[in-house]
Amino acid sequence: MLQLSVFLENTKGRLAEVLNLLAEFNVNIRALSLADTKDYGVLRVIVENPEEVAEKLKDRNCVVKLTPVWVLRVPDRPGGLAEVLNKLVSEGVIVEYMYAFVERENEQAQVVMRVRDTELMQKAVKKYNLE
Amino acid sequence: MLVQEELLNGLRRTVEQVLKAPYYQKKLAEVGIHYPSDIKTLDDFRKIPLTEKEDLRQNYPFGLFAEPMDNIIRVHASSGTTGKPTVVGYTREDIKLWAKIVANGFRRLGITSKDVIQVSYGYGLFTGGMGIHYGAEELGAVVIPMSGGNTAKQLMIMRDFGSTVLCCTPSYALYLGESLAEAGISKDDLKLRIGVFGAEPWTEKMRKEIEARLGLTAIDIYGLSETMGPGVSMECLKCVGLHIDEHFYPEVLDPEGNPLPEGEVGELVITTFGKMGFPSLRYRTKDLTSISYGTCSCGHTGWTMQRVSGRVDDMLIIRGVNVFPSQIEEAILSVGGIEPHYLIIVDREGPLDTMEVLVEMSADTFNDEIRELEDLQTRIKQRIENIIGLSTKVRLVEPKSIPRSEGKAKRVEDRRKGKI
Repeated sequence: MLQLSVFLENTKGRLAEVLNLLAEFNVNIRALSLADTKDYGVLRVIVENPEEVAEKLKDRNCVVKLTPVWVLRVPDRPGGLAEVLNKLVSEGVIVEYMYAFVERENEQAQVVMRVRDTELMQKAVKKYNLE
Repeated sequence: MLVQEELLNGLRRTVEQVLKAPYYQKKLAEVGIHYPSDIKTLDDFRKIPLTEKEDLRQNYPFGLFAEPMDNIIRVHASSGTTGKPTVVGYTREDIKLWAKIVANGFRRLGITSKDVIQVSYGYGLFTGGMGIHYGAEELGAVVIPMSGGNTAKQLMIMRDFGSTVLCCTPSYALYLGESLAEAGISKDDLKLRIGVFGAEPWTEKMRKEIEARLGLTAIDIYGLSETMGPGVSMECLKCVGLHIDEHFYPEVLDPEGNPLPEGEVGELVITTFGKMGFPSLRYRTKDLTSISYGTCSCGHTGWTMQRVSGRVDDMLIIRGVNVFPSQIEEAILSVGGIEPHYLIIVDREGPLDTMEVLVEMSADTFNDEIRELEDLQTRIKQRIENIIGLSTKVRLVEPKSIPRSEGKAKRVEDRRKGKI
Protein backbone atom coordinates (compact mmCIF):
# COMPACT_ATOMS: atom_id res chain seq x y z
CA MET A 1 0.00 0.00 0.00
CA LEU A 2 1.18 3.55 -0.64
CA GLN A 3 1.34 5.99 2.19
CA LEU A 4 1.18 9.69 1.54
CA SER A 5 3.79 11.80 3.36
CA VAL A 6 3.79 15.57 3.53
CA PHE A 7 6.68 17.79 4.65
CA LEU A 8 5.54 20.34 7.19
CA GLU A 9 7.40 23.35 8.42
CA ASN A 10 7.00 23.89 12.13
CA THR A 11 4.93 27.01 11.78
CA LYS A 12 1.72 27.92 13.47
CA GLY A 13 -1.32 26.56 11.67
CA ARG A 14 0.58 24.71 8.96
CA LEU A 15 -0.79 21.29 9.92
CA ALA A 16 -4.32 22.67 9.93
CA GLU A 17 -3.76 24.18 6.49
CA VAL A 18 -2.79 20.82 5.02
CA LEU A 19 -5.68 19.07 6.75
CA ASN A 20 -8.01 21.73 5.34
CA LEU A 21 -6.70 20.96 1.88
CA LEU A 22 -7.47 17.27 2.38
CA ALA A 23 -10.96 18.23 3.51
CA GLU A 24 -11.35 20.40 0.43
CA PHE A 25 -10.39 17.44 -1.77
CA ASN A 26 -12.95 15.39 0.13
CA VAL A 27 -10.32 12.93 1.29
CA ASN A 28 -10.98 10.75 4.29
CA ILE A 29 -7.98 9.95 6.45
CA ARG A 30 -7.95 6.34 7.52
CA ALA A 31 -4.79 6.51 9.54
CA LEU A 32 -2.39 9.25 10.49
CA SER A 33 0.91 9.78 12.20
CA LEU A 34 2.95 12.89 12.77
CA ALA A 35 6.70 12.81 13.21
CA ASP A 36 8.26 15.98 14.42
CA THR A 37 11.59 17.64 15.10
CA LYS A 38 12.33 21.13 16.38
CA ASP A 39 12.07 22.75 12.95
CA TYR A 40 9.84 20.58 10.83
CA GLY A 41 7.58 17.57 10.81
CA VAL A 42 6.36 14.85 8.51
CA LEU A 43 2.68 14.07 8.23
CA ARG A 44 2.01 10.50 7.15
CA VAL A 45 -1.48 9.44 6.15
CA ILE A 46 -3.26 6.46 4.66
CA VAL A 47 -5.98 7.58 2.27
CA GLU A 48 -7.95 6.29 -0.74
CA ASN A 49 -6.29 7.02 -4.11
CA PRO A 50 -3.04 8.36 -2.66
CA GLU A 51 -1.53 9.08 -6.12
CA GLU A 52 -4.40 11.36 -7.02
CA VAL A 53 -4.30 13.16 -3.69
CA ALA A 54 -0.52 13.56 -4.00
CA GLU A 55 -0.90 15.32 -7.35
CA LYS A 56 -3.50 17.67 -5.96
CA LEU A 57 -1.31 18.53 -2.98
CA LYS A 58 1.70 19.15 -5.22
CA ASP A 59 -0.37 21.65 -7.17
CA ARG A 60 -0.87 23.47 -3.90
CA ASN A 61 2.88 23.72 -3.17
CA CYS A 62 3.16 20.83 -0.78
CA VAL A 63 6.23 18.61 -0.77
CA VAL A 64 4.78 15.10 -0.87
CA LYS A 65 6.08 11.63 -1.27
CA LEU A 66 4.42 8.26 -1.78
CA THR A 67 6.10 5.58 0.27
CA PRO A 68 5.33 1.87 0.05
CA VAL A 69 4.26 0.64 3.48
CA TRP A 70 2.79 -2.53 4.90
CA VAL A 71 -0.57 -2.56 6.65
CA LEU A 72 -0.91 -5.58 8.88
CA ARG A 73 -3.84 -6.78 10.87
CA VAL A 74 -2.92 -7.54 14.49
CA PRO A 75 -4.96 -9.31 17.14
CA ASP A 76 -6.63 -6.65 19.26
CA ARG A 77 -5.61 -8.03 22.63
CA PRO A 78 -2.69 -7.71 25.06
CA GLY A 79 0.49 -8.94 23.42
CA GLY A 80 -1.06 -8.99 19.96
CA LEU A 81 1.34 -6.54 18.41
CA ALA A 82 4.33 -8.01 20.25
CA GLU A 83 3.55 -11.41 18.76
CA VAL A 84 3.57 -10.05 15.22
CA LEU A 85 6.73 -8.08 15.80
CA ASN A 86 8.56 -11.04 17.29
CA LYS A 87 7.87 -12.97 14.12
CA LEU A 88 9.18 -10.17 11.95
CA VAL A 89 12.29 -9.73 14.06
CA SER A 90 13.08 -13.41 13.81
CA GLU A 91 13.09 -13.03 10.03
CA GLY A 92 15.51 -10.10 10.21
CA VAL A 93 12.99 -7.38 9.38
CA ILE A 94 14.00 -3.89 10.53
CA VAL A 95 11.14 -1.48 11.20
CA GLU A 96 11.84 2.17 10.33
CA TYR A 97 8.63 3.45 11.84
CA MET A 98 5.10 2.33 12.46
CA TYR A 99 1.78 3.50 13.79
CA ALA A 100 -1.50 1.81 14.63
CA PHE A 101 -5.16 2.45 13.97
CA VAL A 102 -8.44 0.68 14.54
CA GLU A 103 -10.78 -0.08 11.68
CA ARG A 104 -14.22 1.01 12.81
CA GLU A 105 -16.41 -1.47 10.92
CA ASN A 106 -14.84 -4.61 12.28
CA GLU A 107 -13.08 -3.21 15.37
CA GLN A 108 -9.81 -4.61 14.04
CA ALA A 109 -6.43 -3.27 15.10
CA GLN A 110 -4.06 -2.59 12.25
CA VAL A 111 -0.51 -1.28 12.03
CA VAL A 112 1.14 0.67 9.25
CA MET A 113 4.76 -0.31 8.95
CA ARG A 114 7.69 1.00 7.01
CA VAL A 115 10.48 -1.55 6.83
CA ARG A 116 14.01 -1.32 5.56
CA ASP A 117 14.13 -4.50 3.49
CA THR A 118 10.96 -5.27 1.53
CA GLU A 119 12.08 -8.72 0.43
CA LEU A 120 12.64 -9.94 3.99
CA MET A 121 9.22 -8.55 4.90
CA GLN A 122 7.60 -10.36 2.00
CA LYS A 123 9.15 -13.62 3.10
CA ALA A 124 8.07 -13.08 6.71
CA VAL A 125 4.50 -12.18 5.78
CA LYS A 126 4.25 -15.28 3.64
CA LYS A 127 5.83 -17.57 6.19
CA TYR A 128 3.59 -16.53 9.06
CA ASN A 129 0.55 -15.95 6.88
CA LEU A 130 0.07 -12.39 8.08
CA GLU A 131 -2.56 -10.19 6.49
CA MET B 1 48.64 67.39 -1.40
CA LEU B 2 51.32 65.23 -2.95
CA VAL B 3 52.88 67.10 -5.75
CA GLN B 4 51.22 65.78 -8.90
CA GLU B 5 54.52 64.66 -10.38
CA GLU B 6 55.49 62.81 -7.21
CA LEU B 7 52.14 61.00 -7.23
CA LEU B 8 52.51 60.09 -10.91
CA ASN B 9 56.02 58.76 -10.30
CA GLY B 10 54.70 56.54 -7.53
CA LEU B 11 51.88 55.26 -9.72
CA ARG B 12 54.33 54.63 -12.58
CA ARG B 13 56.51 52.54 -10.29
CA THR B 14 53.50 50.43 -9.32
CA VAL B 15 52.55 50.02 -12.98
CA GLU B 16 56.13 49.00 -13.74
CA GLN B 17 55.95 46.36 -11.05
CA VAL B 18 52.57 44.87 -12.03
CA LEU B 19 53.71 44.70 -15.68
CA LYS B 20 55.97 41.83 -14.60
CA ALA B 21 52.82 39.71 -14.45
CA PRO B 22 51.73 38.63 -17.98
CA TYR B 23 48.07 39.01 -17.06
CA TYR B 24 48.57 42.73 -16.37
CA GLN B 25 50.68 43.18 -19.53
CA LYS B 26 47.73 42.00 -21.58
CA LYS B 27 45.14 43.91 -19.57
CA LEU B 28 47.02 47.19 -19.74
CA ALA B 29 47.95 46.78 -23.42
CA GLU B 30 44.21 46.80 -24.14
CA VAL B 31 44.04 50.42 -22.99
CA GLY B 32 47.26 51.37 -24.72
CA ILE B 33 49.60 51.16 -21.74
CA HIS B 34 52.75 49.20 -22.52
CA TYR B 35 55.32 51.01 -20.41
CA PRO B 36 55.11 52.97 -17.15
CA SER B 37 55.98 56.08 -19.16
CA ASP B 38 52.63 55.77 -20.93
CA ILE B 39 51.13 57.21 -17.73
CA LYS B 40 51.60 60.90 -18.46
CA THR B 41 48.67 62.29 -16.53
CA LEU B 42 46.28 61.17 -13.82
CA ASP B 43 43.69 60.69 -16.59
CA ASP B 44 45.98 58.13 -18.21
CA PHE B 45 46.12 56.31 -14.90
CA ARG B 46 42.32 56.36 -14.63
CA LYS B 47 42.09 54.54 -17.97
CA ILE B 48 43.56 51.47 -16.31
CA PRO B 49 40.83 48.87 -15.79
CA LEU B 50 39.99 48.18 -12.16
CA THR B 51 41.26 45.00 -10.54
CA GLU B 52 38.73 42.76 -8.82
CA LYS B 53 38.57 39.56 -6.82
CA GLU B 54 37.64 37.86 -10.10
CA ASP B 55 41.07 38.76 -11.53
CA LEU B 56 42.68 37.00 -8.57
CA ARG B 57 40.42 34.01 -9.02
CA GLN B 58 41.32 33.66 -12.70
CA ASN B 59 44.97 33.69 -11.75
CA TYR B 60 44.64 31.37 -8.76
CA PRO B 61 46.82 30.84 -6.88
CA PHE B 62 49.98 32.81 -7.70
CA GLY B 63 49.36 34.19 -11.22
CA LEU B 64 49.33 37.87 -10.24
CA PHE B 65 52.49 37.80 -8.17
CA ALA B 66 54.97 40.31 -9.56
CA GLU B 67 58.06 38.71 -8.07
CA PRO B 68 59.46 35.22 -8.65
CA MET B 69 58.42 32.71 -5.98
CA ASP B 70 62.01 32.69 -4.72
CA ASN B 71 61.46 36.22 -3.46
CA ILE B 72 58.08 35.49 -1.88
CA ILE B 73 58.39 34.56 1.77
CA ARG B 74 54.77 34.46 2.87
CA VAL B 75 51.26 34.07 1.48
CA HIS B 76 47.92 35.02 2.94
CA ALA B 77 44.45 34.41 1.55
CA SER B 78 40.91 35.56 2.01
CA SER B 79 37.66 33.97 0.94
CA GLY B 80 36.76 34.29 -2.71
CA THR B 81 33.25 34.62 -4.09
CA THR B 82 33.32 30.88 -4.77
CA GLY B 83 35.18 28.01 -3.15
CA LYS B 84 38.68 29.16 -4.09
CA PRO B 85 40.34 31.77 -1.87
CA THR B 86 42.12 34.82 -3.24
CA VAL B 87 45.82 34.53 -2.57
CA VAL B 88 48.37 37.27 -2.02
CA GLY B 89 52.15 37.06 -1.63
CA TYR B 90 54.72 39.13 0.25
CA THR B 91 58.45 39.59 -0.20
CA ARG B 92 60.67 40.10 2.80
CA GLU B 93 60.58 43.85 2.12
CA ASP B 94 56.77 43.76 1.89
CA ILE B 95 56.54 42.18 5.33
CA LYS B 96 58.84 44.87 6.72
CA LEU B 97 56.83 47.60 5.02
CA TRP B 98 53.58 46.22 6.36
CA ALA B 99 55.03 46.05 9.90
CA LYS B 100 56.19 49.65 9.55
CA ILE B 101 52.76 50.79 8.40
CA VAL B 102 51.00 49.12 11.33
CA ALA B 103 53.62 50.39 13.76
CA ASN B 104 53.18 53.96 12.47
CA GLY B 105 49.44 53.74 13.03
CA PHE B 106 50.06 52.45 16.55
CA ARG B 107 52.50 55.28 17.24
CA ARG B 108 49.84 57.84 16.34
CA LEU B 109 47.76 56.25 19.11
CA GLY B 110 50.57 56.70 21.58
CA ILE B 111 51.33 53.01 21.75
CA THR B 112 54.99 52.44 22.56
CA SER B 113 57.56 49.76 23.30
CA LYS B 114 56.30 49.87 26.92
CA ASP B 115 52.95 48.42 25.91
CA VAL B 116 51.78 44.83 26.17
CA ILE B 117 49.78 44.05 23.05
CA GLN B 118 47.36 41.13 23.08
CA VAL B 119 46.65 40.03 19.51
CA SER B 120 43.34 38.18 19.51
CA TYR B 121 42.77 38.25 15.78
CA GLY B 122 42.96 34.85 14.15
CA TYR B 123 46.45 33.77 13.09
CA GLY B 124 46.63 31.95 9.80
CA LEU B 125 45.72 32.66 6.21
CA PHE B 126 43.70 35.61 7.46
CA THR B 127 45.94 38.69 7.57
CA GLY B 128 44.59 40.01 10.88
CA GLY B 129 46.72 38.10 13.38
CA MET B 130 50.14 38.16 11.78
CA GLY B 131 49.71 41.63 10.29
CA ILE B 132 49.13 43.19 13.71
CA HIS B 133 51.73 40.90 15.30
CA TYR B 134 54.58 42.10 13.09
CA GLY B 135 53.53 45.72 13.50
CA ALA B 136 53.51 45.39 17.28
CA GLU B 137 56.94 43.72 17.24
CA GLU B 138 58.28 46.47 14.98
CA LEU B 139 57.22 48.89 17.68
CA GLY B 140 59.19 46.90 20.24
CA ALA B 141 56.14 46.20 22.40
CA VAL B 142 55.56 42.91 24.18
CA VAL B 143 53.35 40.85 21.88
CA ILE B 144 50.98 38.17 23.15
CA PRO B 145 50.03 36.06 20.14
CA MET B 146 46.71 34.79 21.54
CA SER B 147 44.81 34.31 18.26
CA GLY B 148 41.01 34.06 18.55
CA GLY B 149 38.83 31.94 20.79
CA ASN B 150 39.27 30.40 24.25
CA THR B 151 37.67 33.37 25.93
CA ALA B 152 38.30 32.40 29.55
CA LYS B 153 42.02 32.02 28.88
CA GLN B 154 42.09 35.29 26.94
CA LEU B 155 40.73 37.11 29.98
CA MET B 156 43.02 35.37 32.43
CA ILE B 157 46.10 36.26 30.40
CA MET B 158 44.81 39.77 29.83
CA ARG B 159 44.72 40.24 33.60
CA ASP B 160 47.81 38.24 34.59
CA PHE B 161 50.11 39.58 31.84
CA GLY B 162 48.79 43.11 32.20
CA SER B 163 47.80 43.62 28.56
CA THR B 164 47.50 47.32 27.78
CA VAL B 165 46.39 47.03 24.15
CA LEU B 166 43.82 44.61 22.75
CA CYS B 167 43.53 43.87 19.03
CA CYS B 168 40.62 41.82 17.70
CA THR B 169 37.30 42.13 15.89
CA PRO B 170 34.88 44.55 17.56
CA SER B 171 32.32 41.81 18.11
CA TYR B 172 34.89 39.68 19.88
CA ALA B 173 35.92 42.66 21.99
CA LEU B 174 32.31 43.05 23.04
CA TYR B 175 32.11 39.36 23.80
CA LEU B 176 35.24 39.52 25.91
CA GLY B 177 33.71 42.45 27.76
CA GLU B 178 30.52 40.57 28.44
CA SER B 179 32.43 37.50 29.59
CA LEU B 180 34.39 39.34 32.27
CA ALA B 181 31.84 38.77 35.03
CA GLU B 182 31.61 35.08 34.27
CA ALA B 183 35.40 34.79 34.49
CA GLY B 184 35.29 36.54 37.87
CA ILE B 185 37.38 39.41 36.59
CA SER B 186 36.52 43.05 37.08
CA LYS B 187 37.35 45.76 34.55
CA ASP B 188 39.52 47.33 37.26
CA ASP B 189 41.74 44.23 37.37
CA LEU B 190 42.76 45.00 33.79
CA LYS B 191 45.33 47.47 32.51
CA LEU B 192 43.79 47.87 29.07
CA ARG B 193 43.94 51.39 27.68
CA ILE B 194 43.56 51.05 23.91
CA GLY B 195 41.71 48.61 21.69
CA VAL B 196 42.37 48.37 17.95
CA PHE B 197 39.38 46.72 16.35
CA GLY B 198 38.64 45.91 12.73
CA ALA B 199 37.90 43.31 10.04
CA GLU B 200 34.17 43.92 10.28
CA PRO B 201 31.80 46.88 10.24
CA TRP B 202 30.75 48.34 13.56
CA THR B 203 28.91 51.32 14.94
CA GLU B 204 29.41 54.21 17.34
CA LYS B 205 26.99 52.50 19.71
CA MET B 206 29.19 49.43 19.71
CA ARG B 207 32.26 51.57 20.34
CA LYS B 208 30.65 53.10 23.45
CA GLU B 209 29.60 49.69 24.71
CA ILE B 210 33.07 48.16 24.28
CA GLU B 211 34.74 51.18 25.90
CA ALA B 212 32.41 50.99 28.88
CA ARG B 213 32.85 47.28 29.40
CA LEU B 214 36.62 47.02 28.93
CA GLY B 215 37.65 50.48 30.11
CA LEU B 216 39.68 51.41 27.05
CA THR B 217 39.61 53.74 24.05
CA ALA B 218 38.30 51.79 21.05
CA ILE B 219 39.95 52.53 17.69
CA ASP B 220 38.86 51.46 14.20
CA ILE B 221 41.39 49.87 11.85
CA TYR B 222 40.80 49.04 8.19
CA GLY B 223 42.49 46.86 5.65
CA LEU B 224 42.06 43.97 3.30
CA SER B 225 44.45 41.25 2.28
CA GLU B 226 44.34 42.21 -1.40
CA THR B 227 45.93 45.57 -0.63
CA MET B 228 48.15 44.47 2.32
CA GLY B 229 46.05 43.55 5.33
CA PRO B 230 45.16 45.54 8.45
CA GLY B 231 46.75 48.97 8.57
CA VAL B 232 45.65 50.46 5.26
CA SER B 233 43.94 53.04 7.43
CA MET B 234 43.48 53.58 11.15
CA GLU B 235 41.85 56.15 13.38
CA CYS B 236 43.91 58.36 15.66
CA LEU B 237 42.75 59.35 19.14
CA LYS B 238 40.71 62.20 17.65
CA CYS B 239 38.49 59.60 15.97
CA VAL B 240 37.57 61.88 13.07
CA GLY B 241 38.03 59.20 10.42
CA LEU B 242 40.60 56.61 9.46
CA HIS B 243 43.91 58.06 8.30
CA ILE B 244 45.09 56.27 5.18
CA ASP B 245 48.77 55.38 5.25
CA GLU B 246 50.95 57.07 2.65
CA HIS B 247 51.66 53.76 0.90
CA PHE B 248 48.13 53.65 -0.44
CA TYR B 249 46.57 55.81 -3.12
CA PRO B 250 42.81 55.92 -2.63
CA GLU B 251 40.18 56.76 -5.22
CA VAL B 252 36.45 56.91 -4.59
CA LEU B 253 34.39 56.07 -7.64
CA ASP B 254 30.73 56.21 -8.59
CA PRO B 255 29.03 53.07 -9.96
CA GLU B 256 30.13 54.01 -13.51
CA GLY B 257 33.74 54.22 -12.37
CA ASN B 258 34.00 58.03 -12.45
CA PRO B 259 36.00 59.71 -9.71
CA LEU B 260 33.89 61.39 -7.02
CA PRO B 261 34.85 64.63 -5.31
CA GLU B 262 36.06 64.68 -1.72
CA GLY B 263 33.39 63.92 0.84
CA GLU B 264 31.09 62.03 -1.52
CA VAL B 265 30.38 58.39 -0.81
CA GLY B 266 31.37 55.82 -3.40
CA GLU B 267 33.45 52.71 -3.81
CA LEU B 268 36.96 52.81 -2.42
CA VAL B 269 39.62 51.75 -4.93
CA ILE B 270 43.20 51.32 -3.78
CA THR B 271 46.60 51.34 -5.47
CA THR B 272 49.65 50.43 -3.40
CA PHE B 273 53.03 52.16 -3.42
CA GLY B 274 56.15 50.15 -2.77
CA LYS B 275 54.54 46.74 -2.37
CA MET B 276 56.45 44.29 -4.59
CA GLY B 277 55.15 40.71 -4.24
CA PHE B 278 51.55 41.53 -4.91
CA PRO B 279 51.15 45.17 -5.91
CA SER B 280 47.53 46.32 -6.02
CA LEU B 281 46.57 48.35 -9.03
CA ARG B 282 43.23 50.13 -8.74
CA TYR B 283 41.87 47.31 -6.60
CA ARG B 284 38.12 47.44 -5.98
CA THR B 285 37.53 47.08 -2.25
CA LYS B 286 33.73 47.04 -2.81
CA ASP B 287 33.55 49.05 0.40
CA LEU B 288 31.56 52.28 0.41
CA THR B 289 33.12 55.34 2.02
CA SER B 290 34.22 58.90 1.33
CA ILE B 291 37.70 60.41 1.54
CA SER B 292 39.16 63.83 2.16
CA TYR B 293 42.66 65.28 2.09
CA GLY B 294 44.09 67.29 4.94
CA THR B 295 46.20 67.57 8.06
CA CYS B 296 44.97 66.23 11.38
CA SER B 297 46.07 67.62 14.73
CA CYS B 298 47.58 64.18 15.43
CA GLY B 299 50.22 64.99 12.84
CA HIS B 300 48.93 62.93 9.94
CA THR B 301 48.87 64.65 6.56
CA GLY B 302 47.20 62.87 3.70
CA TRP B 303 43.96 61.10 2.94
CA THR B 304 41.43 60.23 5.60
CA MET B 305 38.50 57.93 4.97
CA GLN B 306 35.24 57.72 6.84
CA ARG B 307 34.10 54.53 8.50
CA VAL B 308 32.89 52.06 5.84
CA SER B 309 29.16 52.51 5.43
CA GLY B 310 28.33 49.49 3.32
CA ARG B 311 29.23 47.20 0.48
CA VAL B 312 28.89 47.42 -3.28
CA ASP B 313 28.40 43.67 -3.59
CA ASP B 314 26.55 41.18 -1.43
CA MET B 315 29.49 40.18 0.72
CA LEU B 316 28.65 39.65 4.37
CA ILE B 317 31.06 39.89 7.24
CA ILE B 318 30.09 37.38 9.89
CA ARG B 319 32.25 37.13 13.00
CA GLY B 320 35.03 38.79 11.01
CA VAL B 321 34.86 36.25 8.20
CA ASN B 322 33.97 37.31 4.67
CA VAL B 323 31.03 35.34 3.35
CA PHE B 324 29.51 35.53 -0.10
CA PRO B 325 26.02 34.14 -0.72
CA SER B 326 27.46 32.42 -3.80
CA GLN B 327 29.64 30.29 -1.51
CA ILE B 328 26.58 29.13 0.40
CA GLU B 329 24.84 28.39 -2.88
CA GLU B 330 27.80 26.36 -4.07
CA ALA B 331 27.75 24.36 -0.84
CA ILE B 332 24.03 23.66 -1.09
CA LEU B 333 24.19 22.63 -4.73
CA SER B 334 27.13 20.35 -4.07
CA VAL B 335 24.97 18.24 -1.79
CA GLY B 336 22.85 17.35 -4.81
CA GLY B 337 19.17 17.20 -5.57
CA ILE B 338 18.42 20.46 -3.82
CA GLU B 339 16.97 23.45 -5.55
CA PRO B 340 19.02 26.60 -5.08
CA HIS B 341 16.35 28.33 -3.06
CA TYR B 342 17.86 29.44 0.19
CA LEU B 343 17.90 32.34 2.57
CA ILE B 344 20.80 33.32 4.78
CA ILE B 345 19.66 34.89 8.02
CA VAL B 346 22.38 36.75 9.85
CA ASP B 347 21.57 37.94 13.32
CA ARG B 348 23.30 38.95 16.50
CA GLU B 349 22.64 37.17 19.75
CA GLY B 350 24.26 39.29 22.38
CA PRO B 351 27.63 40.20 20.95
CA LEU B 352 27.97 37.24 18.61
CA ASP B 353 26.88 36.99 15.00
CA THR B 354 24.78 33.99 14.17
CA MET B 355 24.04 32.50 10.80
CA GLU B 356 21.14 30.33 9.82
CA VAL B 357 20.52 29.03 6.32
CA LEU B 358 16.98 28.14 5.29
CA VAL B 359 16.87 25.62 2.49
CA GLU B 360 13.71 24.81 0.57
CA MET B 361 12.77 21.15 0.34
CA SER B 362 11.90 19.68 -3.01
CA ALA B 363 10.07 16.52 -4.03
CA ASP B 364 13.43 14.97 -4.94
CA THR B 365 15.06 15.53 -1.58
CA PHE B 366 12.07 14.87 0.60
CA ASN B 367 12.13 11.60 2.44
CA ASP B 368 9.50 10.74 4.96
CA GLU B 369 11.99 9.29 7.40
CA ILE B 370 13.13 11.89 9.90
CA ARG B 371 16.54 10.24 10.09
CA GLU B 372 17.10 10.87 6.38
CA LEU B 373 15.99 14.48 6.69
CA GLU B 374 18.32 15.07 9.60
CA ASP B 375 21.08 13.47 7.62
CA LEU B 376 20.43 15.84 4.74
CA GLN B 377 20.43 18.78 7.12
CA THR B 378 23.77 17.69 8.56
CA ARG B 379 25.33 17.23 5.13
CA ILE B 380 24.34 20.73 4.04
CA LYS B 381 25.61 22.16 7.32
CA GLN B 382 28.98 20.44 6.99
CA ARG B 383 29.43 21.53 3.37
CA ILE B 384 28.78 25.14 4.30
CA GLU B 385 31.10 24.97 7.27
CA ASN B 386 33.84 23.41 5.15
CA ILE B 387 33.62 26.14 2.55
CA ILE B 388 33.32 29.22 4.72
CA GLY B 389 34.83 27.99 7.98
CA LEU B 390 32.02 29.25 10.20
CA SER B 391 29.50 27.25 12.14
CA THR B 392 25.97 27.62 10.90
CA LYS B 393 22.46 26.38 11.51
CA VAL B 394 20.53 24.80 8.66
CA ARG B 395 16.77 24.63 8.59
CA LEU B 396 14.72 22.79 5.99
CA VAL B 397 11.64 24.72 4.91
CA GLU B 398 8.73 24.25 2.55
CA PRO B 399 8.99 25.20 -1.12
CA LYS B 400 8.10 28.77 -2.04
CA SER B 401 8.23 29.76 1.61
CA ILE B 402 11.31 31.92 1.01
CA PRO B 403 10.14 35.31 -0.25
CA ARG B 404 10.94 36.10 -3.86
CA SER B 405 11.12 39.56 -5.25
CA GLU B 406 10.83 40.26 -8.97
CA GLY B 407 11.19 36.58 -9.68
CA LYS B 408 14.57 36.48 -8.00
CA ALA B 409 14.92 35.01 -4.56
CA LYS B 410 16.14 37.24 -1.78
CA ARG B 411 19.36 35.67 -0.54
CA VAL B 412 20.18 37.48 2.64
CA GLU B 413 18.32 38.82 5.59
CA ASP B 414 20.63 40.77 7.84
CA ARG B 415 18.92 41.36 11.15
CA ARG B 416 21.97 42.84 12.84
CA LYS B 417 21.14 46.37 11.76
CA GLY B 418 20.15 48.53 14.68
CA LYS B 419 21.64 46.12 17.20
CA ILE B 420 24.92 46.89 18.81
